[in-house]
Amino acid sequence: MSRGVLAIAVLAVLVPCTVTWAIERFPPPDFESGYEMPPTQAPDARPGVWQYLDVAVLLAALSVAAWLVHRLRSRRGVFLLMLFCLAYFGFWRKGCVCPIGAIGNIAWAAGDPNYVVPIAAVLFFALPLVFALFFGRVFCAAVCPFGAIQDLVLVRPIMIPTWLEAALRLGAYVYLSAAVLLAFTGSMLLICRYDPFVPIFRLGGSFNIFVLGAAFLVVGLFIGRPYCRFLCPYGVILRALSRLSRHRVTITPDECIRCRLCEDSCPFGAIEPPTAEWSEADYKVDKRRLALLLLAAPVLVGVLAWGGAALAGPLSRTHRQVRLADEVFLFDAGKITEITDPIKAFRRTGRLTEDLYAEARAIQNEFRWGGALAGGFVGLVAAGSLVGLSIRWRRNDYTAHAGGCLACARCFAYCPRHHVHKGHAAPAHAIAPDRFILANAQGAAPEGTRP
Amino acid sequence: MTDEPPKMDRRRFCGQSVWGLCLAGIGGLSGYLLGRTRQPETRWQIDPTKCIACGNCATYCVLEPSAVKCVQAYKICAYCDFCPGFLEPGARLDTGAENELCPTGAITRHFVEEPYFEYNILDELCIGCGKCVKGCEAFGNASLFLQVHHDRCVNCNECAIAAACPSDAFVRVPVDRPYLLKGVEEHA
Ligand code: SF4
Ligand code: SF4
Ligand code: SF4
Ligand code: SF4
Ligand code: SF4
Repeated sequence: MSRGVLAIAVLAVLVPCTVTWAIERFPPPDFESGYEMPPTQAPDARPGVWQYLDVAVLLAALSVAAWLVHRLRSRRGVFLLMLFCLAYFGFWRKGCVCPIGAIGNIAWAAGDPNYVVPIAAVLFFALPLVFALFFGRVFCAAVCPFGAIQDLVLVRPIMIPTWLEAALRLGAYVYLSAAVLLAFTGSMLLICRYDPFVPIFRLGGSFNIFVLGAAFLVVGLFIGRPYCRFLCPYGVILRALSRLSRHRVTITPDECIRCRLCEDSCPFGAIEPPTAEWSEADYKVDKRRLALLLLAAPVLVGVLAWGGAALAGPLSRTHRQVRLADEVFLFDAGKITEITDPIKAFRRTGRLTEDLYAEARAIQNEFRWGGALAGGFVGLVAAGSLVGLSIRWRRNDYTAHAGGCLACARCFAYCPRHHVHKGHAAPAHAIAPDRFILANAQGAAPEGTRP
Repeated sequence: MTDEPPKMDRRRFCGQSVWGLCLAGIGGLSGYLLGRTRQPETRWQIDPTKCIACGNCATYCVLEPSAVKCVQAYKICAYCDFCPGFLEPGARLDTGAENELCPTGAITRHFVEEPYFEYNILDELCIGCGKCVKGCEAFGNASLFLQVHHDRCVNCNECAIAAACPSDAFVRVPVDRPYLLKGVEEHA
């Protein structure tokens, strides 16, 4: 009988559940045949300097995008840059590190002073925001691989009513607050875990997430960039900053002549028409509605804050110490009989159960406060967009909404002034505007008419 | 366009202050965080003294199959004939393929000399489930252990496995020495 069998027979009885480093139950053999041990596998990492290349490419791409959108005003240029960035940041760098996920890093670092946040993550988070303050969402236009992959599949955009768009967009704020809360408490990186397009970039990964990404792309055939508009947590930060941007994206290179040609050209519903004059009566009704809304706003904020705090229990279970405390409690109370791996590992550390409970309680407390804050924030945004929808803004021209415009440059070519500027011959749709508008209203793809 | 000049000015001023505050905020936050980053850059690695081979490594990694794989510390391995990391616990007397512990058949067995066998891990097949690690730890020399393989690991911001590891085994290591290998330091 070989000694392996003997040993197993003996050890099965004797060995407790502990694990120690290099338990030398058997002495390493002395080989007589001149056998050489192979080295232990340890494949090399991608050297750390490469991340600076990523940052450099990001900076260059953002600059070129700003130039293409604001100076050259070229959709083709934006499109080509977008393809490059999809290939580089998407398929080559496998969608990681990306600014959307970097939100998690930043929030984690804010909550945990010992956390070492990678330099690339900080720069990836900050650079597109700074560019948004100057040039609008040029990151979304051409650099973001997630935006690019959705942009590519868009074939037949349908318009969504403004109120529906605003309502759906609340999802992004909920997602942002949840992601920040979970990262701040050190529980998990929600955005990275449920990133819908990463399995496509990596050509592998969790099947469920892959299906999610595919679903987004199918919806994206008809609804322009659904993830960007209704879910992307980074998008809402960019949106806010872009509203303050120094250089707004303008549909026309000089003056709007209100020809309505660009009216339906934005697949993301970001073009706002001039507002009609309104009567004294309208004005009164509006004022009353606004007053009501302003009164209701604190209630909305309060209710959602309370709701957020109430979710603290289930949310805190994403933190492994809370889960562990739960398990230990149930085990000690005899409600579960099988000792689990986490409990085993916990026992091995020799920590007091009281300590663990105290830590779990502290984390749950954090969740209660954080949940209330997050809920309140969502409530504030909801109230704000309700107020925004009910105010009658005054606009004389067709304008791209400073926050919602993704700077994709699609609408530029619809403006007859654009062609005058570029010295082109007037495009077909500028000569026969009525036919064009008709075609567009029937849902023809705006891209087909691009000169 | 019809707003009176003073109102416009005030609005512009407010807008610009908010703009400046935002810029300063982004700059300040990134400056603070950059000041906190340490050199050299780090990578994730599993401390084999803490890992209990719970199986999370196979399922929580953002990659599939996981970037975590089993490695063999040859200097510790006893080259057992009936390797408890290689064979099912019940299958003591037959080394046939149906008795292999590894769900993907990632461990190969080669005869070295009587009575020793060498066990190698095929990286392409190993999914990091840790079954073999458990077996080897329980009944062998604990020479099989799990490591993050850095040719695959994309060095996630926050390693998804680290957040789920029940034994806090994930640590950050310097990028120039990104492995915590058993049986290398103490025998070298
Ligand atoms: S909204 Fe988000 S996903 Fe879309 S392009 Fe912008 S950053 Fe990327
Ligand atoms: S550039 Fe024009 S088409 Fe593109 S998102 Fe902005 S408004 Fe819409
Ligand atoms: S999750 Fe932790 S304990 Fe489980 S196998 Fe991985 S390193 Fe080991
Ligand atoms: S850092 Fe990411 S790729 Fe590497 S082991 Fe962790 S989850 Fe997997
Ligand atoms: S049993 Fe699991 S960890 Fe061990 S070699 Fe097979 S797949 Fe890898």
